[in-house]
Amino acid sequence: MNEPSNISDNDDGVIENERYALRLFVTGASTNSLRAISNIREICEKYLIGNYSLEIIDVYQQKDIAEKEQIIALPLLIKSYPFPERRLIGDMSDTQKVLKGLGLLS
Amino acid sequence: MSTDSHTNRTIKLLPKSPTGILGLDKITDGGIPLGRPTLICGGAGCGKTLFSMEFIVRGALEFNEPGVFMAFEEKADELAVNVASLGFDLDQLQADKMIRLDHVYVERSEIEETGEYDLDGIFIRLGHAIDSIGAKRVVLDTIENLFASLNNQAIIRAELRRLFQWLKDKNVTTIITGEKGDGTFTRHGLEEYVSDCVILLDHRVTNQISTRLLRIVKYRGSLHGTNEYPFLIDEDGISVLPVTSLTLNHEVSTKRISSGIPSLDKMLGGLGFFKGSSILVSGTAGTGKTSIAGYFANETCNRGERCIYFAFEESPKQIVRNMLSIGIDLQHHIDSGLLKFHASRPTLNGLEMHLVSIHKLVEEFQPQTVILDPITNLITVGSVSEVKVMLIRLIDFLQLEQITVMFTALTLNTIVNEQTDEGVSSLVDAWLLVRDIEFNGERNRGMYVMKSRGMKHSNQVREFVISDEGLNLVDVYLGPEGVLTGSAREAQRLQEVTTDVLKNHAVTRKDMEIDRKRKVLEAKIASLQEEFESVQDELNKSYIEDKLRKDVLELNREKLTKNRHDEE
Repeated sequence: MNEPSNISDNDDGVIENERYALRLFVTGASTNSLRAISNIREICEKYLIGNYSLEIIDVYQQKDIAEKEQIIALPLLIKSYPFPERRLIGDMSDTQKVLKGLGLLS
Repeated sequence: MSTDSHTNRTIKLLPKSPTGILGLDKITDGGIPLGRPTLICGGAGCGKTLFSMEFIVRGALEFNEPGVFMAFEEKADELAVNVASLGFDLDQLQADKMIRLDHVYVERSEIEETGEYDLDGIFIRLGHAIDSIGAKRVVLDTIENLFASLNNQAIIRAELRRLFQWLKDKNVTTIITGEKGDGTFTRHGLEEYVSDCVILLDHRVTNQISTRLLRIVKYRGSLHGTNEYPFLIDEDGISVLPVTSLTLNHEVSTKRISSGIPSLDKMLGGLGFFKGSSILVSGTAGTGKTSIAGYFANETCNRGERCIYFAFEESPKQIVRNMLSIGIDLQHHIDSGLLKFHASRPTLNGLEMHLVSIHKLVEEFQPQTVILDPITNLITVGSVSEVKVMLIRLIDFLQLEQITVMFTALTLNTIVNEQTDEGVSSLVDAWLLVRDIEFNGERNRGMYVMKSRGMKHSNQVREFVISDEGLNLVDVYLGPEGVLTGSAREAQRLQEVTTDVLKNHAVTRKDMEIDRKRKVLEAKIASLQEEFESVQDELNKSYIEDKLRKDVLELNREKLTKNRHDEE
């Protein structure tokens, strides 16, 4: 989980109002973490093409972030923009819920 | 942290971690299981959070063991404010890296569950906090909140099981708190996971009086007290009262101490009470029980010893004033710090709380004498048997500390009760009974020593007199009319004086008679003497006459003879 962390963002596109800011917190290379990463990438590529930034953070590497971000359950996806902030936990396998959490589905 | 140093010890006894909470370590024989989780459960407001916080703070302050407090309910700064009233400076302790507070906050409405997850976040946070200060103690207050925040109970249960195992592996002593559920110790059955030690806290209200109670439900691998122990939360934190000592093997003293009333000491073999004994003074209303207690307190302080006076009826000022009227100045003992009054209404709190506060004060003040005046009033907050049990515990505790205790008790009728209302007469070492003796339209006080273990004591009733000069015991008059007290005794005394005078008078008259007789006899002797002398004179006279006649005859004969010769 150390290599390309911030890949799918920044294609020098115009920053739009609705650009999604996502952070995914994972724990090393656990099954849930790997599944969550691939699931969220898939969803983002499908529903938010080019309109998002995804940061993947390994909590094991930055332990103090767990307290700072009030992390309990992992994997955790935080959508910090657009408001309101939402938190999604789990391996992101329930696409409907993920979309609902991201505000893409009402 | 997770060293194996604890596993390879030779003694098989369960190692324990002292909590530092007053009394709890006594009940648990050393503390809670070292390196294992302990569950503290109870209803709302029973003191769970405070209990666990004190465990952490005492660990840091007294045992130099850093601790992590993970709060699921209160924010870190709220916690700090809440326990500041107990004198715990959490901010300072955090700055000193002795304590770490972590507030876990979960807002259910913000969270969407999208599949499988685990609680690694908590593990990482906790692990990080433990490692950053080298913690030996951990508190999770109240981890059950997770059940309210997350949906997937199966995951939470599995993760909690893993968490407790992980904490064991890390070898930290953990306290987990849990809200009491319906019929179970905790709402979500945490006791299933924490099976080493379970402590139940309770807050019970009977007769509008609340008592906090603690019970060790389970302690695997260790002996522990099984009773409900009352505990107190005050400005010094929690104190649990280990109630009855299981054995009767306290030290005894042969030292004697004066009661402050010399004539009473005389009734007790001349020396007074044993040090460390328990004394009961019982009697009907207005018989001077408090005065006896006041004298005893005064005497204790005069010896330079400390005394606590627990007053359940009168205020300290009232007692001081009243004692002054019989010549006892307690105020200067208060000023010199030897005497301490603690006045409280019995209804202030439950019996157990009274006991706890007595314990605390005694341990703080270290007195040689304790006075409880009167124990009868305690009955208003408990039943007879409860009061008795409480007093047993109290006597036990005080005897262990070699403290002399004096109780006063009110008896409700004038007939000599074989038992006091509290049934404590069999517990005490010495029992003084002050009793009204009504006679001749007067009420007088009589005092008996009903019992006094281990010493010779008077079997007599003494009249107990309270005057401006103080207390005194007077021998009652025992005569053909029975026991006399008060003015009857006085009248009898006067009568005795009269008889004495009369007797003296009679004696002098006899003396004069003898004198006179002697004079008569002496006169008689003198006259006989005279008679004898006259007889003697008479006898002497005839003897001389005879001699003279003989001489004259001789002379005449010679003359005649000569004449004859001349004629020749």
